[in-house]
Amino acid sequence: MNDYRFSLNGADLVALPSGALWWPDQALAVVSDLHLGKSERMARRGGAMLPPYEVRETLERLEAVLDTSCARKVVCLGDTFDDLDAMDNLREDEALWLTRLMAGREWVWIEGNHDPGPTAFGGAHLAEMAMGPLTFRHIAAPDAGPGEVSGHYHPKMRFGAGSHRAFLLDERRVILPAFGTFTGGLRHSDAALAGLMQPPARAILTGKRALAVPLPCGDQADSRASTA
Amino acid sequence: MHVLPKVFTQWFAERGWSVHPHQAEMVQRATEPSLLLIAPTGGGKTLAGFLPTLAELADGTHKGLHTLYISPLKALAADIGRNLRTPVDEMALPIRIEDRTGDTSYTKKRRQRADPPHILLTTPESLALMLSYDDAHRTFAGLQRVVVDEIHALAESKRGDQLMLCLSRLQAMCPDLRRVGLSATVEDPPALAHYLARHPDPCPVLHADPGPDPDIAMLETAELPPWSGGGGRYAIPAVLDQVKAHKTTLIFHNTRAQAEIFFHALWLANDDALPIGIHHGSLAREQRDKVEAAMVAGQLRAVVCTGSLDLGIDWGDVDLVIQVGAPKNVKRLIQRIGRANHRYNAPSKALLVPANRFEVVECHAALAAARDHDLDGDPRGPGPRDVLCQHILIRAAAGPFAAEDLYAEVQSCGAYAALTKQEFDDCLEFAATGGYALRAYDQWQRLVEKDGLWQLRDPRAGNRIRMNIGTIVDADLMKVRLKHARGGMPLGEVEEAFAATLTKGETFLIGGQVVRYEGLREMTVEVTRTPGATPRIAVFSGTKFATSTQLSDRILQLFKLSSWPDLPGHTADWLALQRDMSRLPGDEKLLVETFPHDGRWHMCAYGFAGKNAQQTLGLLLTQQMEADGLQPLGFVATDYATLIWGLREVTKPGWLFDATDMREGFESWLNGNYVMKRTFRNSAQIAGLIERNIPNGKRKSGRQATFSSDILYDTLNKYDPNHLLMQITREEAMKGLVDFGRIEHMLARVGDRIDHVKLDRVSPLAAPLFLEVGKVPIKGEAREHLLAQAAESAMAAAGLS
Repeated sequence: MNDYRFSLNGADLVALPSGALWWPDQALAVVSDLHLGKSERMARRGGAMLPPYEVRETLERLEAVLDTSCARKVVCLGDTFDDLDAMDNLREDEALWLTRLMAGREWVWIEGNHDPGPTAFGGAHLAEMAMGPLTFRHIAAPDAGPGEVSGHYHPKMRFGAGSHRAFLLDERRVILPAFGTFTGGLRHSDAALAGLMQPPARAILTGKRALAVPLPCGDQADSRASTA
Repeated sequence: MHVLPKVFTQWFAERGWSVHPHQAEMVQRATEPSLLLIAPTGGGKTLAGFLPTLAELADGTHKGLHTLYISPLKALAADIGRNLRTPVDEMALPIRIEDRTGDTSYTKKRRQRADPPHILLTTPESLALMLSYDDAHRTFAGLQRVVVDEIHALAESKRGDQLMLCLSRLQAMCPDLRRVGLSATVEDPPALAHYLARHPDPCPVLHADPGPDPDIAMLETAELPPWSGGGGRYAIPAVLDQVKAHKTTLIFHNTRAQAEIFFHALWLANDDALPIGIHHGSLAREQRDKVEAAMVAGQLRAVVCTGSLDLGIDWGDVDLVIQVGAPKNVKRLIQRIGRANHRYNAPSKALLVPANRFEVVECHAALAAARDHDLDGDPRGPGPRDVLCQHILIRAAAGPFAAEDLYAEVQSCGAYAALTKQEFDDCLEFAATGGYALRAYDQWQRLVEKDGLWQLRDPRAGNRIRMNIGTIVDADLMKVRLKHARGGMPLGEVEEAFAATLTKGETFLIGGQVVRYEGLREMTVEVTRTPGATPRIAVFSGTKFATSTQLSDRILQLFKLSSWPDLPGHTADWLALQRDMSRLPGDEKLLVETFPHDGRWHMCAYGFAGKNAQQTLGLLLTQQMEADGLQPLGFVATDYATLIWGLREVTKPGWLFDATDMREGFESWLNGNYVMKRTFRNSAQIAGLIERNIPNGKRKSGRQATFSSDILYDTLNKYDPNHLLMQITREEAMKGLVDFGRIEHMLARVGDRIDHVKLDRVSPLAAPLFLEVGKVPIKGEAREHLLAQAAESAMAAAGLS
């Protein structure tokens, strides 16, 4: 009951509170924007030395999603690695961990703007992928046909007291929140996102439970009420 | 140099002035390695600090920088520059004086590093920046004196710690450097002297004649103060009468939001159109400059202001200070009052305006403390380690260094004298590698050790470090501008969190004007003027000052009296009624009232621990209550009490206040709390874990590249809970926003003496708490439920389901 079920272009899908998308008919799990190796990339570039635990944290959560759902297929919707060097520099134990998660599963890497090249991890590597009524790509195409599943924008939304990572959903497309631990977000009302979604649209907040709210939404009014 | 050269005595004589005794003594004792001067405002304090410098430079033989003057305010540095030029020009002294702040042009700054003036006026941050360049030793060669102005104010924040670390650096380059501190009246001069001097050198303290006692009273108003709230609006007619009766009045408020509301209301009542301005730290520089200039020109009859006017600049003919809202702190009150009558030996005149009924009591206690010269202040703890981490990075930006040398320098700061080698090494390790227990950046360390010297791995990192110098951490602010095709007039700033709640067409107050929110443009809030609408008030979540321990104690002492003939009748009656119906809080026991009201059970704990600590107490108690199924729904805290409401009655509150349990609860509570996360964020920025500014600086307007520091906190908490920054965060939690230190103090004071009074209705003292704003809802299972309900009804309203 913590999940949110919806249908997109005839496919019955489930938004999980973790920010992953689940397609039961295909036993397919979708995650987007893992940005593995972000802390390593920042340090490499002479920036702040962030806690180097985010790969591990992200993989822990990914593993939990895959174990719970018993996923047989996995699609990573792009920006899985923060850059191609970060992929090569992944610690050995963490690379093994990822390989272990892949074992026995059909695995598809969609190319993102941060990781525009083949991975060293096997699986299929694609710019985009069509499967039944759905099309999977990293960045939503404004003129895409119905049934598009994408990521890239890291949408989030302020509702109640806090800001939540969120799925954005309308009749034609769903945009996934970022799954990676060290990822920021873009407010749903930003022009880049608002232009993509057609009414009637909704956001599905992630967190303890997946919670749907309408878009555009008076989230402002609600956040004020909660501080009153 | 123990006497003034003749040209000086002549100059004084020509003006019919005499040298103040403390000014003469500063000249006589000019060779002391450290000297702290404590003088009231208007006592010629700054000239006292500079006389030895002017005398030493009079013969024109000194080459290069002689004296560095540090002030907490850019504006003050510029102001002092102007004031100093008068005697220098009139005596035709061969002295070059320049200021250097964030506003100084790039070319001028470069020139100053290569060819410094004799006297350089600057701020702690600009000094830190100068020290981060590899030519610092050339810039500062020959430096003789450093004058730290308003050192009492600097010492209250981390800016002072950073400055003292910088002085230790300077002292290493210039061993003969002499230090002078200039301070307003403080509660513990020797402690401040210890803070200033090179440890373990002694630091004599010189006291100027404090002048006559100020003339302070409570403002009498026709209307009674309200039961709660902080605005003081009821007093506006009386305040206007005072403004009319005086030349220039400063009207101080404790928060920016209150200053805004008061100013707005004052204008609506200002039938004579008296020229009145507003000045606070969130207004645009241009707006503040206008008010300051009008003030100096004597064109304003009053300025509504906040702490941004607390310091130094000479405003000329201020003859009255009005403090709206309880002063919270006697020392700051005295310093504020010193803003009136900047003439030596004339008493300053001040009026207090309690904003509500309880503040009448607090103002009364503050008046008594001021009369007794009983100043408050908490002893400073050891120097904060986040500032040290930044200092290490700055040192590395300036060139290779040996750890031993830097450790010795750091220990020569009074605040860091007790720093252990292990603690220092932890900070160095953090700066070099991030200091993570389970994972290491072997390849990408920020600092590396080569041949016994620590240095930047990538020299380009130096610029990133320079871009993030400073210890002032503000909430994320967004600029507010009038909407205009080519970028309209800047009005000021609001917090990003407040801006996020605005919708198009909503109105809010800024700089006393009502404006209408039009939209966001490139991270700027665009507004239009709109008269007349009922505006919202921008919230500023900065640290709220809590009533000081000493002042709280005085209030508790006041409660012990059998009657209160000195208090206004309405307030004395109120206290008597409380004594009748329940009890008055005392210092040896903790009064806890429980009563039903409006269908909820309530518990009110009168800890008198200050707003921040009472807030933390509310969070801790409700956590415990939630765990025990007492179903708390929310609480509200003031400086003196915490009121909690819930679905079930607390029949035995005693056990909730067990010190051991409370401490345990605190430990676990630390982990997930938003105040802790804010505390962490501040330290993480200062220590350099989070970079506020990055090269090619603009924040991306498209997809936001940054992520919340809360994620870093959660990650460290999960994998590396003993990381240096987590240790620092816990340390900081004892004071400031969390202020657990004062809960400990309160628990120690009352021990197990919980005075539980069971009532059948609200007590007189608890009643005003129901009117307080800032109620905190409890994020229990009940709240999850409410959130889901809210989402559901929004979906239903939108026709979705």
